[in-house]
Amino acid sequence: MRKTVLNEVYKLAKQDKRIFFIGSDVGAGTLDEFKKDIPERFFIEGIYEQNLTGVAAGLALEGKIVYFNTIATFITRRNFEQVVLDLGLHHLNVRLIGNGGGLVYAPLGPTHQATDDIAIMRAIPGMTILCPADAEEMKRLVPTTVEHKGPIYIRLGKGGDPIVTNPKEPFIIGKAYPMRQGNDALIISTGICLKMSLEAADELAKQGIKAAVVHVPTVKPLDEKTILSLASKAPVIVSVEEHNIIGGLGSAISELLAEANFSTAKRFKRIGINDVFPEKYGSQDSLMKYLGISQESIIKTIKELGKENGKAKK
Amino acid sequence: MDTISTKLDKRSLELRKQIVNMMKKAGKGHPASAFSIVEIIRVLYDDILKYNPKNPKWALRDRFILSKGHGCLALYVILAEKGFFPKEELDRFCALDGLLGGHPETKIPGVEVATGSLGHGLAVGIGMVLAARYDKAKHKVFVLIGDGESNEGAIWEGALLAGKHKLDSLVVIQDYNKCQSYNRTCEVQDLEPLTDKWKSFGFAVKEIDGHDISQVKKALSSLPLEKGKPSIIICHTVKGKGVSFMEYNTKWHHPKPTDDEYEQMYKEVCGEEKAK
Repeated sequence: MRKTVLNEVYKLAKQDKRIFFIGSDVGAGTLDEFKKDIPERFFIEGIYEQNLTGVAAGLALEGKIVYFNTIATFITRRNFEQVVLDLGLHHLNVRLIGNGGGLVYAPLGPTHQATDDIAIMRAIPGMTILCPADAEEMKRLVPTTVEHKGPIYIRLGKGGDPIVTNPKEPFIIGKAYPMRQGNDALIISTGICLKMSLEAADELAKQGIKAAVVHVPTVKPLDEKTILSLASKAPVIVSVEEHNIIGGLGSAISELLAEANFSTAKRFKRIGINDVFPEKYGSQDSLMKYLGISQESIIKTIKELGKENGKAKK
Repeated sequence: MDTISTKLDKRSLELRKQIVNMMKKAGKGHPASAFSIVEIIRVLYDDILKYNPKNPKWALRDRFILSKGHGCLALYVILAEKGFFPKEELDRFCALDGLLGGHPETKIPGVEVATGSLGHGLAVGIGMVLAARYDKAKHKVFVLIGDGESNEGAIWEGALLAGKHKLDSLVVIQDYNKCQSYNRTCEVQDLEPLTDKWKSFGFAVKEIDGHDISQVKKALSSLPLEKGKPSIIICHTVKGKGVSFMEYNTKWHHPKPTDDEYEQMYKEVCGEEKAK
């Protein structure tokens, strides 16, 4: 996914002189072609994310479109005030590309696990948050970021994630994508959690429970219309994300559902990291499973909520 | 450098009087931080910067960033005088529907960047210089930073980057009044040896009396100080300059003056005259 996004930025930069790239001491060899072909708009600078966020703001104030890339925790936590004030307050066209969203860097521990990035970006007025599910979707997503007004946070998965989105579906910022139909439950996911959500829906179907799945690659602004339309028909709703249940997709959906004030009885639960610092290492997959973000967890939760809902109706 | 005895001329006193007027109407502000930069801002807008108040976004203008945003009273009186916005706005400082808040924002014509949280302006200025370099534009970018502000790591991060890229259209002006909110800088966080620090980061450095109009004008008229290096003009100043009881007095960083104190301020900046 990282390779895809950077290659797409390079391709766009070749056609558009407003596009600049800044990397904060990224991996050796990153975007060598960009460096070779357009060195005057290619900056690999030091490990000072606050500084580079300000520099990106200065470039953007002069009309440039800046793609700034480093590890997700450092491009959201370390420079948070610069993101809020330099980018957010000025509503500038800077695209923050965060490597290793969620638990990609599981073995590196909590300093590198981006488990609160969506929450802190969501708190910034005017910030757009994009969490694609696979490299195919990323490829369609990047061109839409060029003309978008205001700052964007792009959360990257590990790379090599299985392709689960439809390559023929045009990507539109702010749009949620229904991926499965079903009236018994609704699974709302973002990022790479789409795959486990689809697999959970398939397994539930075998057991006679028809679950709809909606993929929300834009966590902010939320496609309220699509989500509410699907939620209105669903007795059971779960959100699934590789993120703290506080502040991320689950919170956004909770807020939306609470204010929708549906009159029918519904059951809702957030699936994600249950407000803890992950204390284990392992792989991204194994740590997600340990923290309860898995196909099995989705299935179990939907069944439990279904039972509760049955009781509630009586 | 003895800056406390530098005599202020009529125009410098008049600008301070307007600042006191704004303070008195609003009941708030950072007067001492503004008084230390009045001459710097005055010279920039009288003699150095290229700008057009009727077209504040004129592409060929020089960029000026007041990184120490709390010194904004000095900027506001000059911007109003130069016609960026009506002078009546000065009377609505910090009012609910006023244009001018306690820190500058870009809704104010002539303000390039919103500042207030310290340590932001230098990096943004560097981004502007990099854009200008790419566009082969001739304008300069001036960033006025404080000494307390220079406790922020982001200032030195910016210094590293500016030195690396040899950004000689970047002009940093440091208001070295040697006083921060709590106490003197030498007590809170000493910056010395300051000149050596900037030199070691790749800057060309000049030290001047920041209240001496001719020195400020001379320093800002021959830039860059050295080709291929970013410039820094370290301005030795006095926090609260122009009102004797405010000078170097930490009580005046963000005060709520009494009526008597306003009277005293007016006496010092304009004789016996009272508020307008």
